[in-house]
Amino acid sequence: MTQTTPPAAPPAAVTTAVPGRRFDAVPLVLVPLLALVALPLVGSINSWITLTVAGLAMGMMIFVIASGLTLIFGLMDVLNFGHGAFIAVGAYVALSALGPLAGWIQTDALGWNLAALLVAALAAMAVTGVLGLAFERVIVRPVYGQHLKQILITMGGLIVAEQLIRVVWGADQKPMPLPAGLRGAVLFGDIAVEKFRLLAVVVGLSVLGAMLLVLNRTRLGLLIRAGVENGEMVEALGYRIRRLFVAVFVAGSALAGLGGTLWALYRETLTADIGAEVMVLVFIVIIIGGLGSVGGCFIGALLVALTANYTGYLAPKFALVSNIVLMVAVLMVRPNGLWPVAKR
Amino acid sequence: MLDRILSGDRPRSPLLTALLLAILLGLAFTPFLFGGAQPINTAAKICVFIVLVASYDLLIGYTGIVSFAHTMFFGIGGYGVGLALNAWGATWPAALAGWLLALLLGVALALVIGLFSLRVRAIFYAMITLAVASAFAVLASQLSDITGGEDGRSFRVPEILRPGTRLLAEPVLGVDITGRILAYYLVFVAALVLFLVLLRVVNSPFGRVLQAIRENDFRAEALGYRTVWYRTGANCVAAAVAVLAGGLYALWLRYTGPDTTLSFTIMVDILLMVVIGGMGTLYGSVIGATLFVIAQNYLQKLMGIAAKATEAIPVLSRLLDPDRWLLWLGILFVLSVYFFPTGIVGRLRGAAERQR
Amino acid sequence: MAEPLLTLSGVHTHIGRYHILQGVDFAVPAGGVTVLLGRNGAGKTTTLRTIMGLWRASAGTLTFDGRPIGSLATPDIARAGIAYVPETMGIFADLTVRENMLLAARSGPPDPGRLDWIFGFFPALKTFWQQPAGVLSGGQKQMLSIARAVVEPRRLILVDEPTKGIAPAIIENMIRAFRELKRSDTTILLVEQNVRFASALGDHAVVMDDGRIVHAGPMAALAADAALQGRLLGLSLESHT
Repeated sequence: MTQTTPPAAPPAAVTTAVPGRRFDAVPLVLVPLLALVALPLVGSINSWITLTVAGLAMGMMIFVIASGLTLIFGLMDVLNFGHGAFIAVGAYVALSALGPLAGWIQTDALGWNLAALLVAALAAMAVTGVLGLAFERVIVRPVYGQHLKQILITMGGLIVAEQLIRVVWGADQKPMPLPAGLRGAVLFGDIAVEKFRLLAVVVGLSVLGAMLLVLNRTRLGLLIRAGVENGEMVEALGYRIRRLFVAVFVAGSALAGLGGTLWALYRETLTADIGAEVMVLVFIVIIIGGLGSVGGCFIGALLVALTANYTGYLAPKFALVSNIVLMVAVLMVRPNGLWPVAKR
Repeated sequence: MLDRILSGDRPRSPLLTALLLAILLGLAFTPFLFGGAQPINTAAKICVFIVLVASYDLLIGYTGIVSFAHTMFFGIGGYGVGLALNAWGATWPAALAGWLLALLLGVALALVIGLFSLRVRAIFYAMITLAVASAFAVLASQLSDITGGEDGRSFRVPEILRPGTRLLAEPVLGVDITGRILAYYLVFVAALVLFLVLLRVVNSPFGRVLQAIRENDFRAEALGYRTVWYRTGANCVAAAVAVLAGGLYALWLRYTGPDTTLSFTIMVDILLMVVIGGMGTLYGSVIGATLFVIAQNYLQKLMGIAAKATEAIPVLSRLLDPDRWLLWLGILFVLSVYFFPTGIVGRLRGAAERQR
Repeated sequence: MAEPLLTLSGVHTHIGRYHILQGVDFAVPAGGVTVLLGRNGAGKTTTLRTIMGLWRASAGTLTFDGRPIGSLATPDIARAGIAYVPETMGIFADLTVRENMLLAARSGPPDPGRLDWIFGFFPALKTFWQQPAGVLSGGQKQMLSIARAVVEPRRLILVDEPTKGIAPAIIENMIRAFRELKRSDTTILLVEQNVRFASALGDHAVVMDDGRIVHAGPMAALAADAALQGRLLGLSLESHT
């Protein structure tokens, strides 16, 4: 099936009685399945709802970060271990952008709050986009096709970037100002749902929607999907795939910046290694989802985040280990991920 | 005779031979050449890291596997010996039992991880080892009842190794022969032996197959070598040596904890050492580890002085802050991958070749 | 005598250590079908890939329509008016048949008249229009690959062994399709081992062996000379189907 079919949509319309490819719905089912399994373990319905919403929100944020990375790998066969740098830079830029907007943040008015966050997010995305451009040209381009060197060099880039962040912004932990209007929770009867988490879910779904729109309905998306399968043929059809690579790399970096902003607001504190902290989960997510698959990445992110939240509540010491177990379980059944992309 | 000891793998460059000899002699006679605690600490660290990095070179340089789980095995060794000495008393049987258990655990884990690499692409492997190592590190700090958490555990070592123990009534060459000196020579000799063992492994038929797999695994498989088993084998050997190195280090420090063994910074340090020294040479790890540890200890001081001197200039001072040590290392690392992919040893050997 | 559309002069191509093309010289006249024949491993696919820029020639010149193309990047060669139908077909399995065609039509949505013309000789493509291309059979994928190359008019089409592994009935279909294409002012450079297919369509024949051209001339002449066929190809036109 195509990696980009929206979860709720029916399979491609069959106009005549020809056998089409069945839409592989198994991964979709896994998310509610996991939630249902957790319910008896958690016990109380209220706690379960809180955990599930927290998981969904976290999943959305991880998806925003991971989606860029998986597309970059799928399209360019580039393993960017430095992706975490964009997460961190995005968060710090957002922090700096929010500084002068203190007035907008301290008021309860949701409108002003959102406007401030929008400005911060756009600033973060702009800077990380440019950083991505530089990173691709200087660090990644010289080592296309050499996986070992790529891993080493992008790791080096990550270290340098994190250190430079410490030089520019300082090495101490900084508080991330969550706008006043987004503090606290909304009450649905007995159930409290944190406002920021709702925002995260909305942002995540919007990013998913936008990506699916671009991938499925635009020529650019067509090129990306084709390029993931067979870059050489795309070139033979007359398209300069190199430019596409750069565009996707920049987009992926900008998304990481956005994700970093959200993540920092979620945690309300910020240190230079915020990127590395998230990246372990991101790697697990893209492995589970299938390298190159946006849909798989989405499901994977939800599964990983839900697992982290449920085990965080039930057995906190084993939270990260439980995600490893999840990853191993998925790979045992589907060695190439939930929704692998048809490779050249 | 020398060829047999070195398993036929000579340095092949006069300058390299000179450097290696200098390092060997320096390490062998450190207690007598340099006074004070710091030189001997530095030397012990160099010995341990030479072995640790050499075992990593077996993986990355000879087999072509990028793994981020190496510090996990280092930690298993450290914790094995440390926890055993802590729980069962400061005796040799306890230490050896700890070492043995750690070895078994390490090799078992390496086996499982190695066999798993059959099912997934090589690229996944790096990410998976990263995830597993992170999980292990988190677990080690979380299970603080057992492991001492973030603070780690201090423990006493067998009596003969303690600083208080005098082994000889009279000082030799002006140095008191205490348990500490004995401990140092234990570390030195063990490290030397382990290094020579690794040299043997990479120059054996097994080692040659590993290199063939690194060059072209399809072809190796087509020639009849089951690459999975060889890779797993390399994984196990590398892990075993890393575990042993970890145990040695714990014995020396009389302490084990996440920041001396499991932290990601150490993994990065290993990568730096192996790349700068020269991948796929083993001697590269000697050069790399020595350079790195000495620089880390003494260069940071220099940076501290420079930072103070430039306090007036804002950005420069921050760039020279000794805490930003990793920044310069990172830059050096990136430049090395681009411009010196064969590392220092590769360069020296290349120069020697051209001279002939 | 009109200028040839494509000329290769002294072209050498190395792949790693292997010296595949060892001084290839031939010309493809404008219009009609030029068939590139030869045994397995002679270097035919390598020649096409070198023309397309997927592999770089290590020596020699390639001229298309009067312009040198040896140092151009593949997308630029494609935009110069050359289409490529590779041996592996290069179908995007996750994209629908429609999307595959859409991608190939660089200047905008495909002209409906053109599409109807294509459906005329490849009706299966119309049936499976909205299906992912991965569900097509081997023969249908080959049709899609060829259809992509002609969805817009191109000067030169490079086709690599279109009949490989295809059922004989479908091959008949393809012969008809190629005859249609011949009428449309496109030049075709066809690599084939199926000599029957080649002789049914070919106007000019070029034979390769061991990375060099060993014969070039009218197809009809080669088809008539069994002894020559035996020497060049090691078999007769009759036996290989």
